[in-house]
Amino acid sequence: MIQTENSPGKTGKNLLERGFATVKNPAEQAAITLDLSSLPVKLSIRDLDFFYGSFQALHSVTMEIPENKVTAMIGPSGCGKSTLIRCFNRIYELYPKQYATGQIILDGRNILSPKEDLNLLRARVGMVFQKPTPFPMSVYDNIAFGVRLYENLSRSEMDERVEWALRKAALWKEVKDKLRQIGTALSGGQQQRLCIARAIAVKPEIVLLDEPCSALDPISTAKVEELIDELVADYTIIIVTHNMQQAARVSDFTAFMYLGKLIEFDSTDKMFTNPLRKETEDYITGRFG
Amino acid sequence: MSRMTNMDPNLYRKRRAINFLVLTGSVFTTLFGLFWLVWLLATLFSHGFQYLGLSVFTQPTPPPGDSGGLANAIVGSIIITLVGVLIGAPVGVMAGTFLSEYAIRSRIAPVVRFVNDVLLSAPSIIIGVFVYEVVVVPMGNFSGWAGSLALALIALPIIVRTTEDMLKLVPNTVREAACALGAPRWKVTVSIVFRAAKAGIFTGILLAIARISGETAPLLFTALNNQFWSSSLNEPVANLPVVIFQFAMSPYEDWQNLAWAGAFLITISVLVLNILVRTFLRDRK
Repeated sequence: MIQTENSPGKTGKNLLERGFATVKNPAEQAAITLDLSSLPVKLSIRDLDFFYGSFQALHSVTMEIPENKVTAMIGPSGCGKSTLIRCFNRIYELYPKQYATGQIILDGRNILSPKEDLNLLRARVGMVFQKPTPFPMSVYDNIAFGVRLYENLSRSEMDERVEWALRKAALWKEVKDKLRQIGTALSGGQQQRLCIARAIAVKPEIVLLDEPCSALDPISTAKVEELIDELVADYTIIIVTHNMQQAARVSDFTAFMYLGKLIEFDSTDKMFTNPLRKETEDYITGRFG
Repeated sequence: MSRMTNMDPNLYRKRRAINFLVLTGSVFTTLFGLFWLVWLLATLFSHGFQYLGLSVFTQPTPPPGDSGGLANAIVGSIIITLVGVLIGAPVGVMAGTFLSEYAIRSRIAPVVRFVNDVLLSAPSIIIGVFVYEVVVVPMGNFSGWAGSLALALIALPIIVRTTEDMLKLVPNTVREAACALGAPRWKVTVSIVFRAAKAGIFTGILLAIARISGETAPLLFTALNNQFWSSSLNEPVANLPVVIFQFAMSPYEDWQNLAWAGAFLITISVLVLNILVRTFLRDRK
């Protein structure tokens, strides 16, 4: 692993020491007074710009995402929060004319570098999407598909892995007798938990959740939130959500974005009780958005 | 229902009148189309069915005045069509996959798509003459291979088009989900996208078979015909469409009757293929 001089790695240096929070012009810089010194940093985003053709969707986003914590992205529709997390596994590269500039450092390596192996990156950075996307195959194979790509497991090991992932996703009890049934036949909430099980079965280091509950009923939502609580011990979780209560409930840190810029990033407690920026307060209290 | 106070009765009446006119028009044009189809099927049935005895399937085409069947033409047709599809389907499916999955950033794709559409609407006789010039003339004789190649060229654009369309119906979110697991693009295409679109792709191939199984013009220039059992694709091969063409034009009544039987047979086969296609599409939903 290449450790560059300014690599965040797990050195635990404080943001201010690294010069990230030097606020030149308070009106333009994101308000980050967060002291992450006690926490290892998993992802470090520097001056990230993102373009859909000629439209710039992200403007110089700079932030650090702590390891084994839940970081929530909030903000009104179109503010760039989904775009931001789609940079973390470079899934945008499936489409022409979408590109990112800047740096995203994962364990000392810039994952935006063209040399980065995309498939390996995506095996390390899992993602769950807004709509459930079960593959047209059995429940078992839905989960085994990703695992088989990178691991050579025996039959019994694979059985164990599938059960482990389904238990983690709080789906095991409901599908243990339906493992051979096609995944698309499950209910919407079950499909989404299947997608979560599928994502964690490959044991990624980071799990990106792009509005994972927007198509779910309250009971399934509660299950997914419980799951997030449980997963955070092993994974770094980044969740995009439109639901303010959800961000408050599940996350340790919250980032507020607006018009493609990071406005404020702080501990969730601070963001929801005493935000520094007026825009953050207005959005959280429902005065705009 | 509560009374709408702001409704304009004239506007409403006008809309109802237009609705009535369009509905009537649609019903009549549908009936017009169905009328000819039913007539065609009825004619084929009344003329063809009675000559569809066992000998049609067991005996080869007879000389005039003799008794015989269509066995060599049926077998020849099946072989030529199958070989044609075996050539056309892999190429067509792969080309359609290229257009849908891999050509997003490519500049060749629009050209390929346009050329394919031209090929799709090219008159089949042109295909026949082309294969005659390219295969039959250098080989020195008409052959089953040439016939299969001509049919493959007709099936190809149909399969390319339906494969591309069916793959495009697979939502991008599924591709994203598979890529997000770290699957390489080919694996995503083969294991996920093909699996999601397989009924549609198969339907396209069946429709192509239905289309080429009745083609006559390209076979006249390529496979020609054979009065006898033809064991080799290097020689002219008997086939139903050309036999129908020759026998129907002939002055001999028993040949004409066999032509009716053959025509009935082809039509029924195409009908069955289309019903199969519909069944596949229904399963997909």
